[in-house]
Amino acid sequence: MQSAPIKRTYLALENWFNYSFGSWNPLYHLGTLTIFFFWIVLVTGIYLFIFFHGSLDGAYASVERITHEQWYAAGIMRSLHRYASDAAIGCILLHMFREFALDRHHGARWYSWFTGVPLLWMVVTLGITGYWLVWDQLAQYIAIGSAHLMDALPIFFGSMTGNFLEGALSDRFFILIEFLHLLGQPMLLVFALWLHVRRLSNVNIHPPRGLAIGSLAALLALSLAKPAVSHGPADLSTVPQILNLDWFYLNIYPLLDYWSAGQVWMLAFGVTFLLLVLPWVPPRKKGAAAVVDLSHCDGCKQCFDDCPFDAISVQARTDGAPHEHEVVVDPVLCASCGICVGSCHYSNPFRKAETELKTGIDMPQLPAEEMRARTDAAIAELGGEVGIVIFGCEHGFDVTLLNSEDTRGIKLLCSGMLPPSFIDYALRKGADGVMIAGCRHADCYFRFGNRWMEQRLEGARNPILRKRVDRGRIVIQGGAETDRRVVESALARFRQQLSENGGKRREGKIADA
Amino acid sequence: MQTRKRYHIQAVNYLLFMALVGYFSSSPAYRHLEENQAKVVLAFSHFGQHVEPCRRVTPEELAKLPPNMRRPTECTRKRSPVTVELMMDGERLLYKVADPPGLFDDGGVDIYLDAVIPAGEHRFTVRMNDSVRVKGYNYSHEQAVTVVPGQLLFIDFDTDSGFVFK
Ligand code: HEM
Repeated sequence: MQSAPIKRTYLALENWFNYSFGSWNPLYHLGTLTIFFFWIVLVTGIYLFIFFHGSLDGAYASVERITHEQWYAAGIMRSLHRYASDAAIGCILLHMFREFALDRHHGARWYSWFTGVPLLWMVVTLGITGYWLVWDQLAQYIAIGSAHLMDALPIFFGSMTGNFLEGALSDRFFILIEFLHLLGQPMLLVFALWLHVRRLSNVNIHPPRGLAIGSLAALLALSLAKPAVSHGPADLSTVPQILNLDWFYLNIYPLLDYWSAGQVWMLAFGVTFLLLVLPWVPPRKKGAAAVVDLSHCDGCKQCFDDCPFDAISVQARTDGAPHEHEVVVDPVLCASCGICVGSCHYSNPFRKAETELKTGIDMPQLPAEEMRARTDAAIAELGGEVGIVIFGCEHGFDVTLLNSEDTRGIKLLCSGMLPPSFIDYALRKGADGVMIAGCRHADCYFRFGNRWMEQRLEGARNPILRKRVDRGRIVIQGGAETDRRVVESALARFRQQLSENGGKRREGKIADA
Repeated sequence: MQTRKRYHIQAVNYLLFMALVGYFSSSPAYRHLEENQAKVVLAFSHFGQHVEPCRRVTPEELAKLPPNMRRPTECTRKRSPVTVELMMDGERLLYKVADPPGLFDDGGVDIYLDAVIPAGEHRFTVRMNDSVRVKGYNYSHEQAVTVVPGQLLFIDFDTDSGFVFK
């Protein structure tokens, strides 16, 4: 479990945004917002490139023209270019914090975290070369600082700092920086980004339109209110005294005034190393992976479509059964969410009630048979006027805390693990209502559990909940571990509604079944 | 919740976002150098002299060598460490003894030393020893310089012109 204070802090922040943004909550879209900011950076960058002069003598003057003479177009583009880059760093840091606070970097999910860390380096160094190109005093400060840093690495001969001051900062070197910023680094970044999301399925790269428009408008307003400007022109015979640093990108340089370049590297490498090993600290046992049972699999591929982590693949049938396909689980990629069990139409508790419930794909730690046994037991224990069964998950609010005379909570691995037929089953076996309480809406720990479950209930995703099941006896209210009040009040409303709609049907139902 | 209230809070969030991005993109300002300070940098690359003097090769010896290897002098590879010192107003400001790099101690050394100094008139003495066969400093240069605030006083060296203040 993640340390509670960090998670609670994050959840409080999320609540604050949920209040006004709802499902546009920017914290739910940090990765896609970052990509959106990159798009702004790309478009504005192309515009700036038209007017930029890529030489030591010409760069500064060209940026001044961009900023002042053409303030209404290129100037705004420059400001947007800067502020969107800054916003991207802000989003990346929050994105990291979120994945960490919500514990989404362990087990099979180490990969996304691990490949995220170099992205941070790439974006920061991309910003650094960007500031270099202005060739003002800030650029000079960065150039000298970077040279100090390079000199501390055992990879270059000679003193880069000394060479720079002696006049080795030639146009050729400047063009190298320009090449890196305009082409080399962005291409590397795109490639690394592709790697970053490779092990996820259904990756969305666009934030909700409203959020994108809102953020763009905010950055535009900021660009008008506080246009980005340069420092004085670079002059290597002076030392800049006061610098208006962009702290999103250039925070490492002031350290050089207090520490040696070697110590600054140690800090940077140390933090990077800690981040890289975080998925394995503390070491944990990986949950058991899903297991396919071909004798109950007809190769419908629904689990393949639903798996959030691309752990399921489809291949030609190997067991001679008269189906075209079968599915295969890669245990290395499986995050043990159990969503595939909810996808399988064989996970049907009505089937062969007298024998063990077998399904096409199952979780060894909580097989469908056990789910059915727990459901049966919960219903048997229900007393009171209206009996409610709550299906919850291990990562949202702990639904067993809601157990009372007329309420029983059952924890699944994920709410998306619940086959819709189980709802029908619970209602027919005697529950008056079924509540599904997974993670917060739009924030499933396993990415898509909430969404797939809702779509199955709406009839938009297989396996669907049968039409004849009374929707008035089902409620969905997710919540995080800090959301007791929200889940409880939804439960109270549901109980009220059920008793108004004839909660005393229980007896009849039990007789029915 | 009323939609209007939601939108108002959204607007506040966007303003907060603008304020954070706008502020940290250039603030707080960082003071790299105090108002009345300047910086002196002593930086150059240099090969220390050979530890043993080079020997003239006799014509007979030369004749024995294959033509592509005939060089008039023969030197051992090992070079001397380079010692530099910068005094300002009679006090030592910078000092370094740099050993030659390389497997055979035969590489050139790269010196980079810097210090922050108060602006104003100063007397600098810069000295170097690059030979174990010489006691004391074999290069020396003295100069008075009026350093203005924010100036980067660069001291370079090459064997032909010695130390040069730039
Ligand atoms: C250029 C910067 C980055 C961008 C644009 C980016 C974007 C994304 C996107 C689009 C996703 C997929 C989200 C989804 O569809 O569920 C994702 C997932 C993820 N990112 Fe990043 N990311 C960046 C940097 C980072 C960094 C620095 C870290 C942490 C060190 C990180 C950690 C993760 C993790 C752990 C996931 C997987 C979440 C899961 O398994 O559900 N990312 N990122």
